[in-house]
Amino acid sequence: MGQITLEKVTKKFGNVEVIPPLDLTIHDGEFTVFVGPSGCGKSTLLRLIAGLEDMTSGTLRIDGQDATAIPPAKRGLAMVFQSYALYPHMSVRKNIAFPMRMAGVDQATQNAKIDAAAKALNLTDYLDRRPGQLSGGQRQRVAIGRAIVREPSAFLFDEPLSNLDAALRVGMRLEISELHKKLATTMVYVTHDQVEAMTMADKIVVLRAGHIEQVGSPLELYHTPRNTFVAGFIGSPKMNLIDGAEAEKHDAHTIGIRPEHIDVDAQGGPWQGKVGVAEHLGSDTFFHIHDTGLAETITVRAPGEVSFDHGDTVFLTPRDDKIHRFNAEGLRFS
Amino acid sequence: MATQHSRSAARLMMAPAVILLLGWMLVPLTMTLYFSFKKYLPLRGGDLGWVGFDNYTRFITSSAFWPSIQATLIIVGSVLAITVVLGVLLAILLDQPMWGQGVVRILVIAPFFVMPTVSALVWKNMFMDPVNGLFAHLWNAFGLTPVEWLSQASLTSIVMIVSWQWLPFATLILLTAIQSLDSEQLEAAEMDGAPPLYRFAYITLPHLARAITIVVLIQTIFLLSIFAEILVTTQGSFGTKTLTYLVYQRVLESQNVGLGSAGGVYAVILANIIALFLMRIVGKNLDA
Repeated sequence: MGQITLEKVTKKFGNVEVIPPLDLTIHDGEFTVFVGPSGCGKSTLLRLIAGLEDMTSGTLRIDGQDATAIPPAKRGLAMVFQSYALYPHMSVRKNIAFPMRMAGVDQATQNAKIDAAAKALNLTDYLDRRPGQLSGGQRQRVAIGRAIVREPSAFLFDEPLSNLDAALRVGMRLEISELHKKLATTMVYVTHDQVEAMTMADKIVVLRAGHIEQVGSPLELYHTPRNTFVAGFIGSPKMNLIDGAEAEKHDAHTIGIRPEHIDVDAQGGPWQGKVGVAEHLGSDTFFHIHDTGLAETITVRAPGEVSFDHGDTVFLTPRDDKIHRFNAEGLRFS
Repeated sequence: MATQHSRSAARLMMAPAVILLLGWMLVPLTMTLYFSFKKYLPLRGGDLGWVGFDNYTRFITSSAFWPSIQATLIIVGSVLAITVVLGVLLAILLDQPMWGQGVVRILVIAPFFVMPTVSALVWKNMFMDPVNGLFAHLWNAFGLTPVEWLSQASLTSIVMIVSWQWLPFATLILLTAIQSLDSEQLEAAEMDGAPPLYRFAYITLPHLARAITIVVLIQTIFLLSIFAEILVTTQGSFGTKTLTYLVYQRVLESQNVGLGSAGGVYAVILANIIALFLMRIVGKNLDA
C-alpha cells in the first residue's frame, strides 16, 4: 500500500512562501511525476513528503494515517537522490545493505535481498566495488537497489537522471518504468524534463511557483491543457501561442496550436511566413517560421523529410479542430 | 603533457630551490653527526678529539633517557587524542548555522596565533598559579585546596597547554573537511533509518578519515619538538623532560655538544620510527 495524501500543505522559508496551500492525492501504485520549471517547488514538495523538510502547516497522510510528525525513516518511503548519495567508503554490497543493517535485519535475509536486488539491477559483478569505481548509470542502479531492499510503500525520485548523458538517460528511463510495472509500488518522480514526465507517468502534476497548474494523465495534459502555462510546458516542440487579431477570429484571447497540427506547403494556406532554421531529424522536420505576423516564430513539425530552405516563403494551414482557445486569464475554454 | 625539452628546462629551473633546501637540511645533519662522535666541551677545553660511540652509549645509559622518551610519547599521544576528539566535536558544532558564526570561528582559531612561549606563560601565571591563578580561585570557591598544577600534575598541565594551542589547527582542518560532506549523503542515511549517532559513525567519521590522518601526521611532527612550553613552565622538572628538552640540557646546561648531538641523532631516529608506525596505521587513508 502506498497512498499519499497532502491536505492544505504549505511551506515557508523565512517569509517566502514556497508552497502555498496545496492539496493532492497520489493513489496506491501510481507513477506520479512532478514537473515544472526550476524553482517551482517540486523538489521541496518531494522533500516534504519524504520528511526531510518540515511542513509549515497542513497534513500529510500515508495510507490514511497522519504522517506529518513521523520522522523520515519511519514513513516507509525510500528516496533516490539527484547525486545518488551513495556512501563512498562502503562497497556496493554494504551500500545496499545499509538500510537493512539499520533496521536490524538478520544476515541471511540481508544477503538474499542484496542478491535479488543485484540480479534485478544487473549489479552482481560489481557488488564488491566502491561507488567511485562505477559509471554514472551503475551508481544510479545502486541507489535504486538501496531503495528497493527496504521494500518501501513508495519510492521518491529527485531528478535521478539529470546527471546522466542523453543515451543513458533514455535507457534508465525505460528501466525505471519497467521496475514500476514489476513492483507496482507507488512512485513519485521529480523532473524538469517534460519528456521524462510524458514517457513515464501515470499521472503528471504540473507545478508553477508552488501552485498545481494541472493534474492529469500525460495525454489529458497534451490534449486538454487547462491553461497557457501547461500548454506551453507539455509537448515538444512547444505549442505555438498566438495573441491578437488571429485569436479574436476564434473568439479567444489566445489560441494555441501544436507544431504537429500545422500543415506546411508552398502552394497556399491561411498563414504565410519565411523559413528560418530547419531542423532535420530524419523522422520529422522542424521548421521555425518567421514573419508570419502572428507571433515571433511559429514552429511547425512536418513528418518525414521536407525540404524547404532558409528564406523560402511557405504557407501554413492549422487544423481547426486542434486549436486550443484560452481567455484573457490564460484559462482554457471551449 | 610535457615534452623532453620542457622537462629538462623545468629541472633546471627547480634546481636552485632543491639545492638550497637540500643544503639547509644536509649541513646541520652532517654537523650533528660530526659532533656526535667528538668530545666537544666549549667551556672546558673545546674540541678534545674523536671518541667513537662513547657519546651514544653515555646518552642512552643516562638515567634521564628512558623517562624522557616516555614523557615525549605521553605528551604527543595525549595531545593527539585530545585535539582530534575535541577537534571533531568542535568542527561539528561550528558547522551548525548560528548567529555570529564568523566571529566565533575567528575566536576559535585565535589560540593558534599566540606564540607558544606567551601562551605557556599565560597558562602558568593566570590559570595554574596555586595562589593567584583562576583555577586556584575556582577550587577555593568550592572549598577545595588548590592544585599546584605544575608540580603535582606536571605532565597533565603541559598536555593541557599544548592541546589548547593545537586544538584550533585540528578544528580548522576538520571543519573544512566536514563542510565538504555532501548533505544528501546524510539525508540518505536519515531516510535509511540511521539515528544521529549512527550517521556520525557511518557517514561523517569515514568522511573525516583523511583529514584526521593529516592532522595526526602534521601534529606529530611538531609535537615531537615542543620545547618553549616546557622551558617557561617546569624547565624539565617533575617528569616533564622530553627528548628534545634533554638534548637542550646536555648542550646548553652541561655544555657538552658531543653528548647533545648524539641525543639529537636519537631524536631523529625516534621521529622516524614514529613516522613509520603512523604511516603504517593511518597512511592507507591517504591513498585515494
